Formats: sequence, C-alpha cells, structure tokens
Amino acid sequence: MLGLNKTDSKFLLIVILLTIFTPILMQPFAANSGLDQFNGGYPDLMQKVAIFGIFAVGFNILFGLTGYLSFGHAAFLGIGSYAAVWMFKLLTMNVIPAILLAMIVSGLLAVVIGYISLRRSGIYFSILTLAFAQMCYKMAYSVLTPITNGETGLQLSLSDPRVLDGATTSTSLPVTNIFGLAMNSSYKVEALNRVFTFNVGFYFCAIIAIIAFYVAIRLFRSPFGMMLRAVKSNQQRMNYMGLNTKPYTLAAFVISGMYAGLAGGLLAAMDPLAGADRMLWTASGEVVIMTILGGAGTLMGPVLGAGVIKYLENIFSKINETVLHSWFHWLPDGIEEVVVWIFARFTGEGWHLTLGITFMLVVTFLPGGLVEGLKRLARLARKGRKKTDKFDESDPDHTPPPSKHVV
Amino acid sequence: MGILEVKGVGKRFGGLQALGDVNLSVQENTVHAIIGPNGAGKSTLLNCLVGKLIPDTGSVTFDGQSVLGRKPHEINQMGISRVFQTPEIFGDLTVMENVLIPCFAKRDGSFRMHAYESIEQEPDILQKAEQMLIDVNMIDKRHMNGSSLSRGDKRRLEMAMCLVQDPRLLLLDEPTAGMARADTNNTIDLLKEIKEQRDITMAIIEHDMHVVFSLADRITVLAQGTPLVEDTPDNIKGHPKVKEAYLGETQEV
Repeated sequence: MLGLNKTDSKFLLIVILLTIFTPILMQPFAANSGLDQFNGGYPDLMQKVAIFGIFAVGFNILFGLTGYLSFGHAAFLGIGSYAAVWMFKLLTMNVIPAILLAMIVSGLLAVVIGYISLRRSGIYFSILTLAFAQMCYKMAYSVLTPITNGETGLQLSLSDPRVLDGATTSTSLPVTNIFGLAMNSSYKVEALNRVFTFNVGFYFCAIIAIIAFYVAIRLFRSPFGMMLRAVKSNQQRMNYMGLNTKPYTLAAFVISGMYAGLAGGLLAAMDPLAGADRMLWTASGEVVIMTILGGAGTLMGPVLGAGVIKYLENIFSKINETVLHSWFHWLPDGIEEVVVWIFARFTGEGWHLTLGITFMLVVTFLPGGLVEGLKRLARLARKGRKKTDKFDESDPDHTPPPSKHVV
Repeated sequence: MGILEVKGVGKRFGGLQALGDVNLSVQENTVHAIIGPNGAGKSTLLNCLVGKLIPDTGSVTFDGQSVLGRKPHEINQMGISRVFQTPEIFGDLTVMENVLIPCFAKRDGSFRMHAYESIEQEPDILQKAEQMLIDVNMIDKRHMNGSSLSRGDKRRLEMAMCLVQDPRLLLLDEPTAGMARADTNNTIDLLKEIKEQRDITMAIIEHDMHVVFSLADRITVLAQGTPLVEDTPDNIKGHPKVKEAYLGETQEV
C-alpha cells in the first residue's frame, strides 16, 4: 500500500484507526463515575497530542536517525506560529496557506541555523542550536517587536486586511477555518453515559499528522534514511566510502525544522495567537523529553511520548487540592491532610514532578523508551503462547549473554 | 607510469619531518607493499593518499589526476577505497545495510536525496550486495548488527564494503594488526582470493613480514620518512639496508 511493505502498511493502518477513534478511545470513563477527570477526549488536549506528535516525529528524524541532538527546535515551532498568524492577518483565515507559509519560513530558518550549527557535532552542536533558539526568543521580545508584537504576542484584530476574505461587517474576530468549516466547531454525541466530541480542528490536525507520519515511515525505509543512520554510526567510514555527510545532516535538519514549523503553524491554526514563549528553551527541552520517553529512533516512540506528556500535563495539572480532598474525605482528619499534602506535590502545579519521575523510571529501566516496554510485553505474550522453534531463535543483539561473575 | 604516482612528498609535524622525499609508483593490477619500522611514516603516507592529510611538498596523482586538496569522499569517488587498521564499519546497522551503503555511494555519488524510494525497490543494488556477501561467505550473517560481529568478521565485512565499490585501488592499513595467527592467515587467504579473482590494485601497509611476503608483488621499504629500497620480495629478503633499518646498524665493538 502506498509504497510500503506489508508490515508498515499494517502499522500505518493501525495508526490511522487509532487516530480516527481517538475521541472515543480517550473517553474511557463514564461521566459521574469519579474517574471522568482522567478522560482526555476533549478537543484542546487531542489537538495538542496530534500537533506535538508531529513536532516529535520531525525531531526524531534528526535526533533518532542522525544522533544530532538539537536543543533549539522550539525556534522553528515559534517561527511557524508567527508565520501562520501573519497569514491569518494579511491573507485569509483559511488554514492551508498559513501552514504552508509556516513550513517554508521554518525551513529557511533551518537552512541558516543548520548550516552553521552542523559544522560541529556532539555537545557543541547542541549548544549552538540552543544559542540560536535563545537568540530568536530574545529577538522576538526586542528588536523584532514590529513583527512579533513583543510580550503581548501576535494576535488577530478587526482592522487586519485579510485580502482574500473580503470585508466583513462583523464585530467579533473571525475564526480559523478550512474552506468555511470552522476549526473550533464540534459535533457532540452522547452515548453510554459519555460525551464524545468530534472536533473539526482535531480531525484536521489528525489528517496532517497521519500524512506527516506516513512521510516519516517512507523516509525511515528509504536509502536516505539508511544514510542518516550511518551518519549516527560512523561518519569517518561514510567519508571514506565516498559519501559527503554534510548535505545529509543538513537535509535531515531542514526536514525536521519544517516538521516543527508545521506543528507551530497548526498550533496557531487551532488558536490564532503566537507568543515568544513558544521559542523558550524549555519548549526545546520538552520535545527532547518526548522523543526519549517514547523511544528515540523508533517510528511510534515520539508520538507515544508526546501523548503521554501532553496527557500528564493536562490531566495531572487539573487535579488540585479540592479534588484531592474529595478523593480522600473518608480518611481520618489528620491522615487526610498528610495524604492530600503528599499527593498535591505530584499533581496540580507539581505535575512536573510526576513527569520527572516517569522520565527517570523509563530511562533507567527502559533505555529504548516506552516502545521498548511495549516490545518486551509483546515478546512475553508471544513466549507464553507458542513454543519457539529453532528458526525462531531469540535475537542475539537484544539478549546479551549473562555477565561472568566477578570473583 | 603507474596508476598511483607519488612524487617528492614531504610532510612535517612541528619539529618532526615525518615524510622526507617519498617517490612511489604503484603499477596497475599489482600488490604493492609498503613496509618499515615504527615511525617510518607509513601511516602518514597513507593519510596523504586518501585526503586526510595534505603534504607540504610534492604531488600525488591517481590515474593522471591530482588527489591533493580533495576531500576523502571525493578521492573515494575517484576509485580509491581504504581499509582501516581497526575495522571501521557501521556498528548500528545490519551487515546487509553495511554493504548496501557503499553500493548506493558508488551509484548515486556523494549525496543524493533519495528519500522517497524504498530500499526494497532497488533490486539491482540488493542483488549486488547479496552477491558480495555470498562471495565473502557472510550471507548467513546479513541480519546481524555490525557491532556484534567477531573481529575477523568485521575485517571481512569491511573488505566486502570496499570491494563492492569495485575500487581501482584498494589501500590497506595494517589489515592484520593485532590479529591472532589464525585470523592473520585467514586474512591472507581472503586477500589472495581477491587478488586472483579481480583486476585490482592493492597498496598494503604492513608490519607483519609473513603477510607482506605472501602477498606482495613489489615492496617499498620506508625508514625515517624516506624510501630505502623498492624491489621484488625475493630481493628485499636479503637486502642489507633492510636488515639495517629493522635491526639497527651493526656496531663495532
């Protein structure tokens, strides 16, 4: 299917199905069941998962394949948002030109930053990209204020030209749309004591995410993808094999920058507002954590990582002390205070602590990320089901021989 | 006129004159060995040939074209492949992929953005790589990771990666360094096989006399950055200057 082999086609099909049914799958708890605050099936969260999934998949093309750890990818996310909002202001509220411009502008910025940063590798490359991103962030606050609107952030206003949309007499701000279908419109279905929200914005992001994911699969399986993995493995060998590593790394950098710009454009398309904070180094760090948490160098890992982090961020940060009190009200007074105090450190404002612990546990026990965990589970399940024959020997790379005892 | 002509090459590192005035001519379809004691400048010479170092003086031409000032990947594209002292392979990639990469490099040049094709849709290249692995007897290991191979197999794989490019000149930098006797003999057999089956020119830098005398058609002895003698293996064996270079001058008591 579409130039993919059987396994990949099946894989892509599963991803498509999961994406289509996300509004249902992320609503597992019935209303009033007490657990309904763990439901993630509301548009804002689902959109974020899809968008940051794209961001992380793109980041993984650079980091997972070539091993170059960029600490400045938020710059592309930010510039993508600015480009998209400018498109909404000047041209039209249709999201298609906006995300196209976001990709082009971020791609151009990636050529410049990549060309300079890729002269170094390892930690020096990371620091260079970090420096560039922080420069972009500072410039968005200071000298570029006419373009970025500084601290307030770039917003829509009624006086914007929007040449393609024509003059309106409306007194409220227009909404982003795709050929007239508003991004924030939703179709709600009440069934099984749950409310399922099918949101236009989410499905738009989902379609883009599936296309982005498909492109990533093709890239992983292509000779180009193999060359990128070779860059990570042994650049010297590549050079003496007649291959110039520089254009390969630059191409990977620009592609992943354009993925980030696309994600930034989509963020603006869901909520037409762009602020410099999107370029802050914490945002660059977030995508690194997403990729490593899910599994760097794997196809599904970054999406999984983005999903877990955005879920934790949105769900755990909502659990405040009032909610905790309602959970533990059956405990004796003194103990309840203590338990609520402890849990409050990990929820609400403290959700970063939960994220940190999760990250530490995953990196320590599953160096390959959550994907490795899933693979291990799958292997366990397979072992339990059928006997292995001599052709089904365990993979020697993943089951190293037990270490010799130290006397 | 040889396929590789080295004329008057000199290289200085600070106060050390690593190469003095090296003249060397490697004839097509021969195995030319460069031997010499430690510090004779063998590796420096090799690095000048592949673009890792640029000599201070002299010229290096391959097939009539100068290689000086060219980058390693450009020199490889001219038809020179190099085997390293410690096998340099792609440890994170499978054996098959290790051989596929030089195939693509040979066909598509130093860079091509072939991001939309799948490797499975390249039957010619796949077949070429498979044939190469059959030739070096590694086809059953094609799904193994490069890093999990034994040292001998890594050497064999590296050789396959170079040979699959059909290089006109194969440079070998101490291919048996640090190997056990059995592995050394295997490598000699492999190189002999290659020599017999292909029209290939090889330049070997080597410490091990056993290897040199079983393979080489011509030998250049290098000492203190200058070539002492160049001759056939038989004539080199008893040459007094060679003994002197290796064992030191005979001193009168």
